[in-house]
Amino acid sequence: MAPVKTERDLRLDLFRGLALWLIFLDHIPSNAVSWITIRNYGFSDATEIFVFISGYTAAFVYGRAMQQDGFIVASARVLKRAWQIYVAHVFLFAIYLAEIAYVAHSFDNPLYTEEMGVLDFLRNPDVTIIQALLLKFKPVNMDVLPLYIMLLVGFAPVLWLLLRSRSLALIASAALYALTYRFGWNIPAYPSGVWVFNPFAWQLLFVFGAWCALGGAKRLAPVIGSRVTLALAALYLAFAFFVAMTWYFPHAAVFLPRIIGDNIYPIDKTNLDVLRILHFFSLAIIVVNFVPRDWRALRSPWFEPAILCGQHSLAIFCLGVFLAFAGHFVFTEVSNRLLTHVIVSLVGIAIMVATAAVLTWYKNIERGPRPPVIKPGLVGGDA
Amino acid sequence: MRGLWALLALAVLVGSARADMPAECRVARHLVEDNLRLAGVASAIAAKHLNVLVLGAGSSVLPGPGGVNLAYPERLRLALTEAFPGVAVTLATDIKPHRKAVDMAIFLAADLAKAKPDLLVWQTGTVDAVDGADSDQFNQALDKGIDSAKAAGADIVLVNAQYSPRTESMIALGNYNEIMRWVAAQHEISLFDRFAVMRLWADLGTFDFFSPTKKLDTAGRVHDCIGRLLAALVVDAVKPDNPLIQGGK
Repeated sequence: MAPVKTERDLRLDLFRGLALWLIFLDHIPSNAVSWITIRNYGFSDATEIFVFISGYTAAFVYGRAMQQDGFIVASARVLKRAWQIYVAHVFLFAIYLAEIAYVAHSFDNPLYTEEMGVLDFLRNPDVTIIQALLLKFKPVNMDVLPLYIMLLVGFAPVLWLLLRSRSLALIASAALYALTYRFGWNIPAYPSGVWVFNPFAWQLLFVFGAWCALGGAKRLAPVIGSRVTLALAALYLAFAFFVAMTWYFPHAAVFLPRIIGDNIYPIDKTNLDVLRILHFFSLAIIVVNFVPRDWRALRSPWFEPAILCGQHSLAIFCLGVFLAFAGHFVFTEVSNRLLTHVIVSLVGIAIMVATAAVLTWYKNIERGPRPPVIKPGLVGGDA
Repeated sequence: MRGLWALLALAVLVGSARADMPAECRVARHLVEDNLRLAGVASAIAAKHLNVLVLGAGSSVLPGPGGVNLAYPERLRLALTEAFPGVAVTLATDIKPHRKAVDMAIFLAADLAKAKPDLLVWQTGTVDAVDGADSDQFNQALDKGIDSAKAAGADIVLVNAQYSPRTESMIALGNYNEIMRWVAAQHEISLFDRFAVMRLWADLGTFDFFSPTKKLDTAGRVHDCIGRLLAALVVDAVKPDNPLIQGGK
């Protein structure tokens, strides 16, 4: 297999950081600022970016560990990471419980007796809490973490295969995706339904990210760099943009031939619709072509805030979910004006950046005053 | 005091006798423009007898003894009666809280046989979102219900979930609203986008959906507007000269 590069690809951190910001903006309900996020202009959204880059960095970090320390040690490290994410998930669930309990005792309105049914689980918290610990209860906006946990729990054998036969691992992953599509596999949830992000489908993007990190990207480079690919990607993005516009301007929908509408809808996020994958690929192709790896601006202070956030993805993701709760709280309790939306969004991102900076500082003091050797575990941020 | 109330009630009655709807309802009028014809309803109106069936869950009714009269199904009946003078409008309801689309679809065949509606108004989506129901099952339940209503000769209008800012961060409505829009488009039936209408009212400050209250006054006005806007959708859909309607069905 191709040697793993040790030089840090700042583009990964940058785009993961940006994805975290977008996820935060999208998670505040009715946030006026969220019109800038990419989900409004095409089929895919920040989740695809996040999952792909997470797969890429996981392979980067643990691939090296597996080569140096063997399967057992690397697997143990992957599982430790999954455990950390699980703890983070439980922490967020506690905040979610507090928010729901607050609304339950402070809000009452005859218009919303049905909606208040969402608070019913407070009557039997024993069941709900156990279901949440089993990752079966689905609090809104917290679905990425259970997905991430599942992806990491299953990652060690996948990584083992990736290191032996990259192509075989990718084919296996695509086969699982196809079978999931065919047979409708997913994990059951509580009180009803299935997981919001189907891990059997979303694993494809994670494994593809890992595949790219372990030399696949190099292999694809001639294809990605070709003008034809670039043109196709641009065309597809334009098509997705046009379709997205018909969501907001229904009168434009008459220009969308019926046969297209019949075939593309519904665009399934739970099972990672093919249209979404293609949209993400197109975005990635454009980015790879126009943002070179050694682009100087990547080291400019302008991009540093996003890069910092991308380097502490788990902590910043969790913080973002909490800040989205808090932001929504401000909208309902304090003010719901446009200016408030802008301020809440900006302050939220500022808090994310400041926290990421503090985490970097911690990492540095814990590492001690040594020459800046790049440790394999730290390359490309955390996994 | 009682005399004053009677006067007020009279004023309200006289006011509502006008074809126009109150300004607070009218601000959302453009959101219920539709280009679909309700052919069955049109012929029922021509025959001077219109049967409506409202199938719904908890957000189709208001609590308390007077709740039924204040809720949108009854307001719809009044608005239709007013809009089509000389037409006998009857309205049956099958409304029970905490029901998902799957649960409602089960009873639909019996409801249709009993009420023989020319128009089915089907409100759903909220409970499915609260419970996180399987979206495929939700989609299939809608398909099944719509097919059986069509087979029974009824025109259909779907009504989606309410906009509820307080619970917005706890109930993921988006996917269910999207499925309803998609299903409506596929079956070429109307979707009354209650979510968008109420969202607009919230944005414009027409109604306050934030404040906690036990009183029914705002809720009653909201339901009245929803009933009137639903009636407006029906009126548009049966106008033979409606420029929005292409060809008809």
